[in-house]
Amino acid sequence: MATIELRQIRKSFGESEILRGIDLTIRDQELTVFVGPSGCGKSTLLRLIAGLEDSTAGDLLLDGQRINHVNPARRGLALVFQTYALYPHMSVADNMSFNLKLAGVPKEERERKVAEAARILNLEALLQRKPKELSGGQRQRVAIGRAIVRNPKVFLFDEPLSNLDASLRVRMRVELTRLHRQLRATTIYVTHDQVEAMTMADRIVVLQAGSVEQIGTPMELYRQPKNIFVAGFIGSPRMNFLSATLQQNTSSGTMIAFPDGATLHVPLISKSAQAGEKVTLGLRPEHAYLAENSVLAAKVQTVEHLGPESYLHLLSRYGEAMTVRVNGETTTKVDADISVGFDPGSLHLFDKSGLAFESPSMLTTGTGVSN
Amino acid sequence: MTPIELRRKTLFTLLGWAVALLLSFPLLWMVLTSFKSEAAAIARVPHLFFHPTLESFRVVQEQSNYLRFAWNSIVVSLGSTLLALLFAIPSAYTMAFSPTRRTRGTLLWMLSTKMMPSVGVLVPIYLIFRDTGLLDTRTGLLVVDAVGNLPIVIWMLYTFFKEVPREVLEAGRMDGAGPVREIYNLLLPLSLPGIVSTSLLATILAWNEAFWSLTLTAAKAAPLTAFIASFSSPQGLFYAKLSAASTMAIAPILVLGWVSQRQLVRGLTFGAVK
Repeated sequence: MATIELRQIRKSFGESEILRGIDLTIRDQELTVFVGPSGCGKSTLLRLIAGLEDSTAGDLLLDGQRINHVNPARRGLALVFQTYALYPHMSVADNMSFNLKLAGVPKEERERKVAEAARILNLEALLQRKPKELSGGQRQRVAIGRAIVRNPKVFLFDEPLSNLDASLRVRMRVELTRLHRQLRATTIYVTHDQVEAMTMADRIVVLQAGSVEQIGTPMELYRQPKNIFVAGFIGSPRMNFLSATLQQNTSSGTMIAFPDGATLHVPLISKSAQAGEKVTLGLRPEHAYLAENSVLAAKVQTVEHLGPESYLHLLSRYGEAMTVRVNGETTTKVDADISVGFDPGSLHLFDKSGLAFESPSMLTTGTGVSN
Repeated sequence: MTPIELRRKTLFTLLGWAVALLLSFPLLWMVLTSFKSEAAAIARVPHLFFHPTLESFRVVQEQSNYLRFAWNSIVVSLGSTLLALLFAIPSAYTMAFSPTRRTRGTLLWMLSTKMMPSVGVLVPIYLIFRDTGLLDTRTGLLVVDAVGNLPIVIWMLYTFFKEVPREVLEAGRMDGAGPVREIYNLLLPLSLPGIVSTSLLATILAWNEAFWSLTLTAAKAAPLTAFIASFSSPQGLFYAKLSAASTMAIAPILVLGWVSQRQLVRGLTFGAVK
């Protein structure tokens, strides 16, 4: 049972400000993922919560108690490092029980707790081995075991899967999600991989350049990105962005014009955007399809066959690159001239500063149902 | 292997041997001389073949108490090494894992103190030792040697500690280890080879240290360097006896160096070859 609250957390290293006033609540029992490009401050934020870094300003609260200056070990948090950071000279069992040993827990109880964690993580056969005798995935599990043994209030994971190969990463992802369901402990998980974020998170915090861009459930971020950064970051392949000009604001939406004068009515509105302003139209590859006579004409540049689906990489007639997801059996060839169709409800629109337009009735979600 | 490669290799091997011989020649000559008679030792044309004798060793042992000097050397060199480690480990730990803008400068400044000739601080140190009653004590010499070696010891430990992944210590911190536990349970076991190399070097340096032992000790605390020196001046130049004394003085440390040469080379070339 634990809730973490961050209030105006700032962190600077010398001249450079890494975190620029973070306000955030990590809810009890939830798996919260911090995601963002490298250098966005997500790891620093995690280390700050762990107590390995001091904040320059702001308050850090755990269950309502300010813990800015509480010793890392006393915060009751466990951190799993990207590099695992196992103690190379200790056996797996000793690695897992080091914390208990320091805390003066009697030997029998230590052994019992280690055995229990080893059972959860399938490590029973490896307890006497040294870290160097383990594979990457096994080391990862020991690192998690070391955290479990402590029975922490909050689990912190710092890009724990980035050193594993692709197939193992998928397996561990599932395993970690299962583990979270089993332990029901508040968890913060840092990653730069939006797929990990989407698949594992109860709630995602998107960070960029030391600021929170948006907080929400995976589907909220996917459906209603607040700005162009989140729209481009969440979803794979990335959302297509096309430049246009705002022609007219109406009560039901916005009329935009493409460079050649073709117009399109988008059922989204903005309070601040003015006619004549440059806007960006967003369309997810999976919400686009091949159509007859659409406003979006394009030429096929490459075709990627993935089996169940294919991706067409296009160059629109306005000279912008686009990607469209189509059927895996598609017969579309390179250099073909095609037309891209879409459901207007699946479109996104961003003003010149990158802020998203909103749905006129706040009830509509803007989900694409095309394809 | 092509002929050119072979020639290259042979050339380098020969060169290596030549350098090694050149460097160890004085040492070899000294050991040889220690087994000669005084007459043979000062012969104008050196005798390559001679009748070996232990006469010089006997005289040296008769004239002075080798074991007393050796014991002083052991106590001073090991003691000074321990003392230096005691201060160097926390310093190197702090500099390696909590560096500030001035860490680099501090390290360089510490090393720069070794560029100053010892004689530069002879008078103040002598006066301090006289006033504190440390003259001719093993403790005094031990402290001076430890302080003298401290920059090198800190510098070496610093490079070894830098090799220990920071996350491992951070994991320790998360597990509840304070600085002392962190050093004792994690840092020391992980950098043990480095600490051993550093200790060996410090011991050798302290063993061979002559300037302070000659100026700060007399009868009671004199180590083996003073023992050699005592054979150089008073009785004129008796090469065989001087060589015998020197051989006896360097024998223990030579054996130690021989046994631990692998460690030593690793320690000394560390950073250069990684």
